[in-house]
Amino acid sequence: MGGGVGLNELGFLLVGLKWTVLLSMIAFTGGGAVGLLVAVGRTSERAVLRRGMSLYISIFQGTPLLMQLFVVYYGLGLIGIHLPAWLAVAIAFTLNASAFLGEIWRGAIQALPRGQTEAARALGLPYMSLMRDVILPQALRIAQPATVGYLVQLIKGTSLAAIVGFIELSRAGQIVSSQTFAPILVFGIVGVIYFFLCWPLSLYSSRLEQKFAAAR
Amino acid sequence: MGTVLDFGVVLDSMPLLLWGCLGTLGLALAGMTIAMIIGVLGVVARGSHIRALRVATIGFIEIVRNTPFLVQIFFLFFALPQLGLKLNPTATAIIALGLNGGAYAIEIIRGGVQSIPKGQTEAGLALGLHRGQVFRLIVLKPALRAIYPSLTGQFIMLTLTSSICSSVAAYELTSVAQRIESETFRSFEVYFTITLMYLAISWMLMTAFAAISRQYLNYPVR
Repeated sequence: MGGGVGLNELGFLLVGLKWTVLLSMIAFTGGGAVGLLVAVGRTSERAVLRRGMSLYISIFQGTPLLMQLFVVYYGLGLIGIHLPAWLAVAIAFTLNASAFLGEIWRGAIQALPRGQTEAARALGLPYMSLMRDVILPQALRIAQPATVGYLVQLIKGTSLAAIVGFIELSRAGQIVSSQTFAPILVFGIVGVIYFFLCWPLSLYSSRLEQKFAAAR
Repeated sequence: MGTVLDFGVVLDSMPLLLWGCLGTLGLALAGMTIAMIIGVLGVVARGSHIRALRVATIGFIEIVRNTPFLVQIFFLFFALPQLGLKLNPTATAIIALGLNGGAYAIEIIRGGVQSIPKGQTEAGLALGLHRGQVFRLIVLKPALRAIYPSLTGQFIMLTLTSSICSSVAAYELTSVAQRIESETFRSFEVYFTITLMYLAISWMLMTAFAAISRQYLNYPVR
């Protein structure tokens, strides 16, 4: 029998938590950057770009995150790119996040009154400036509640990295659980840690939503 | 083993994979059914005048929505036998999917019911409709119509989430693929193929949901 869950085991879980947080931050930053391009492409005046981005989004929204992880993980290896596990996983999460954030921000861009674009055009603003100075600042503001809400999805999603063997919080939980033979306690603790990571964000997201609803 | 793609082994195991697709659909449909039942009962419990019931329902919703499905299914996998429920992995997976989908369904259905103004119910009663008719025609149908897109979207998400049930070896597409992969070592080919299968499944569900909506929820408003 294992020796129960002590400080060593908790420490191991907290190292896992560190990787969960890091992985989420990388995916959110990377996914945010690519997602902006996706959103702008999805609302572009060029039909090719619009259709391309629409297909990109529907592929990521129509397949399981776990499969995206497997395909990127094994696909990179197949074409001879051997990356450390965390990087391969981070790339997969970044692509996934870019599609979801891109779709959220597309909705926000399209929710802006057309007059905004027309006025900026009439003032002679070039496209880059129109996006950077007029459209995106307003759209990203409207999208705040949904963006924070998606962050919760993202953090929960990083648990799937455990299935390809990357040691983040969930994988750390699996390891500790098989060492201590106390799966219910260990997964209970892991669940509580995730909960206190995600719950404040969920509350913040619904607070923002109420604030925007009241302002309208 | 080279770096050359070889889909031959995938073609050889196509019958197994197609059975896996059926397993996934079965798992998802069973999960959705439980989720709908929990969703409707949960809305009643969430609005109950018994405080403990309200608090418990909100607690359930928040716990499910703020923890990963992977941790939920692991927890249930070990906790259910302790409660005397010795189930096979597939049954455990169905319960996990049902509970997870149920928590989201409660919030979605609650939003729909709240969107029906009280005056409409009163107007229906004033016109001489029975209580049952009022609920069916004036509350349920418009509410269902209002929440239909988010509810079916959630169901498609649930179907995709079911791939995680492979981690407790439930019978579905991903676990079938993992078995083929471990025998053939053609990881990319196998997972790429079933990714396309999942895409086909979610497009099929989307089409089916749209057809149902056209058939039953299509009526003029105003």
